[in-house]
Amino acid sequence: MTPSGTDFRRSVSTRLGGKNTTAQATPARIALLVVGMLVLLAAVRAFTGAHDVTSSGTVRAALATAVPIAMAGLGGLWAERAGVVNIGLEGMLILGTWFGAWAGYQWGPWVGVFAGVAGGCLGGLLHALVTVSFGVDHIVSGVAINLLALGLARYLSVIAFTGTEGGGATQSPQVDEIRTVSVPWLSDWLGTMEKRQWLLASDLAGIVRGLCTGLSLLTIVCVLLIPLSFFVLWRTPFGLRLRSAGENPAAAESLGVNVYRMKYAAVVASGGFAGLGGVFLSEVASSIYREGQTGGRGFIGLAAMIFGNWRPGGLAAGAGLFGYADALQLRQSSAVHALLLFVGLLLLALMARDLLRKRWAGAAIGAVSGVGFLLWFALSAEVPGQFVSATPYVTTLVVLAVASQRLRMPAANGVPYRRGEGR
Amino acid sequence: MSPLPKQVLPALVAPALALAFATLISALVLLTSGADPLLTFNSMLDFGVRPDQVVNTVNQATTYYLAALAVAVGFRMNLFNIGVDGQYRLAALLAAYLGGAVSLPAPLHIALIFLVAMAVGAAWASIAAVLKVRRGVSEVISTIMLNAIATALGAYLLSTWLSVPVAGSNNIGTKPIGFSGQIPGLPFPGTSNRIFGLVFAAVLVGVGYHVLVSRTRFGFDLRATGLSTPAAVASGVHVRRMVLVTMGISGGIAGLIGMPQLLGSSHSYSLDFPAGLGFAGIGIALLGRNNPIGIAFGSLLFGFLDQSSQILDLEGIPKEIVAIMQATLVLSVVSAYEMVRRIRLRQQQRQVGAGPAAAPPAPGAPPDAGRSGSGGPA
Repeated sequence: MTPSGTDFRRSVSTRLGGKNTTAQATPARIALLVVGMLVLLAAVRAFTGAHDVTSSGTVRAALATAVPIAMAGLGGLWAERAGVVNIGLEGMLILGTWFGAWAGYQWGPWVGVFAGVAGGCLGGLLHALVTVSFGVDHIVSGVAINLLALGLARYLSVIAFTGTEGGGATQSPQVDEIRTVSVPWLSDWLGTMEKRQWLLASDLAGIVRGLCTGLSLLTIVCVLLIPLSFFVLWRTPFGLRLRSAGENPAAAESLGVNVYRMKYAAVVASGGFAGLGGVFLSEVASSIYREGQTGGRGFIGLAAMIFGNWRPGGLAAGAGLFGYADALQLRQSSAVHALLLFVGLLLLALMARDLLRKRWAGAAIGAVSGVGFLLWFALSAEVPGQFVSATPYVTTLVVLAVASQRLRMPAANGVPYRRGEGR
Repeated sequence: MSPLPKQVLPALVAPALALAFATLISALVLLTSGADPLLTFNSMLDFGVRPDQVVNTVNQATTYYLAALAVAVGFRMNLFNIGVDGQYRLAALLAAYLGGAVSLPAPLHIALIFLVAMAVGAAWASIAAVLKVRRGVSEVISTIMLNAIATALGAYLLSTWLSVPVAGSNNIGTKPIGFSGQIPGLPFPGTSNRIFGLVFAAVLVGVGYHVLVSRTRFGFDLRATGLSTPAAVASGVHVRRMVLVTMGISGGIAGLIGMPQLLGSSHSYSLDFPAGLGFAGIGIALLGRNNPIGIAFGSLLFGFLDQSSQILDLEGIPKEIVAIMQATLVLSVVSAYEMVRRIRLRQQQRQVGAGPAAAPPAPGAPPDAGRSGSGGPA
């Protein structure tokens, strides 16, 4: 966050022409990568017989676990693109779950959606007030907001939910379901395809079916918000101004951008996204508010955003990955074991690529870790559930440790800004 | 570091105002939910000063104090150890396991448990330190990740390798530590509850913290790095080594957080071992402005609020009002400190602008403003 000796040395070394072999993520490359992963996954599924690896049920569950993570990640993206670190996402998620369920059970689920988003926005507004107007450190404010939201939700639950039907001090009454939709004939046809267990064809059918069957309308709204965020942040004047507040607020100020207003807008929106993720948890992923329901998803969202290099597409990939691991664990924990084989083979493939490029150090790491995963697969029968729940965090740490040079966060992220005090 | 009387008063005004503001907010929350704030605060006060609750408050404050000190060491050099939470839980688990597995003469047994706890805490914190100095990874992000990993790892170890079932419940915990590894409590008049014997250890750590930060070369480098890293580098401070050592110290103190509870009352690490102390520690360190005395007051205040609120559930008022109060207090106190800092800065600038005759030196931020000083003029 603060410029340290290491960052300085790093920036100098890249400027002096340090090795930069970063491949551009063109659509063709991404498509190739996706196809390659799919083939590998299908092969692993056929070899191990763990059919849940690519079943439509797993994919549907993965989508439902990924959405709240992605929404928290989008919240992080909006705030950090405007230069405000938002550790308070977890708290804003909690506010979303609570307000969503509270309004949802009384006035219907869609009112709950708006209430949850509003609750998250309130958390964001508080964060903006404390960090932008009062100039308090962003991390400090975020930690305090997490504590505040936790206490508030517990307090309000006792007041609002005790004595209601099905509700109590730690949970809300039932909220009506939001309507789900399926793509009419495609879904059934894919279902028959999936049952045949043909290599690749059935896998593809399972994945596509999972993505187009029994979709909650809220899921569709949430997923659409990811490309919409990209459009707003990268293709509109407003987005350019917002991001300029996160890259170089003093320069933005000199060009007439109201940096405070941009930061306020971004952080309130950030809270709104997290709130939406919270509503999704209490209305779609389950149908009540429960204490501890968020389970650190705000932090996983943050991890997904970092994993995705502060970009919407990357964070969607991160959220999908983390959601998938979680969903697979819940559906068929033995299928997680098959994933060890997948990861091992993937690492060996990376090793082969490094060998071709004559990057020996990378190849050696790939070989050792790849063989390690294969051994783990061969010598064990099951992966402990706790390891699966730690996956997002370990993955993010590894990505940070291995590829921190390729990650680029907004330049003025986390730096307090005062109007008229630009350097 | 001895502050002039002129500076003590404003330093106390900010937290007092913040406390008043937090009380006001809590009162409003109570009012809107139909409870009488005055009656509520009154019954908390009555309940909180009963001898058994005083003991509980002191015990709670002991743990909070250690947690806040662990965080504060890092804060003094702008190092955010958000990972205290994971560090102390992992440390307490492994120390409890080892303490339960061996049987040694009393001083050795206790020393071993302490050593293991501090080593585990320091080692877990060092992962973040190494990632920071070697790979430039922000310690905020890495410690958040490490917290979650520690939770998963701890749950895995406890459920598979390290536990024995606790009789008569679904709880699982490590094998209880033998008598030689326990530290007896101190009696307190009027109650059978006992004060943790390790309250003295906490005081010692506080004194050690003060000496380390304010009276040693290391502490000088620490504060210099916190105020201005480039200036510290220019004057020959080895910042990378400072990060490694400071994170190690912070993690080591974090390892001690679970000790009063472990050696003083529970003697075993089980599923219901207190969690979340690391985050409370962050709030208390901020409340006490990283000053050992200030942190002591902050810990006692938080402990008092925790204990005195226990009565509220019986009166039909959710005791979580205290969590709201604590978080509001932290938010308003950091905002107040920052505003006071800005007002002072403006006064100094005005004095400097008024003329050279009346100009005291204006060295920028006050030394103990935590990280908030980084927004000041370069």
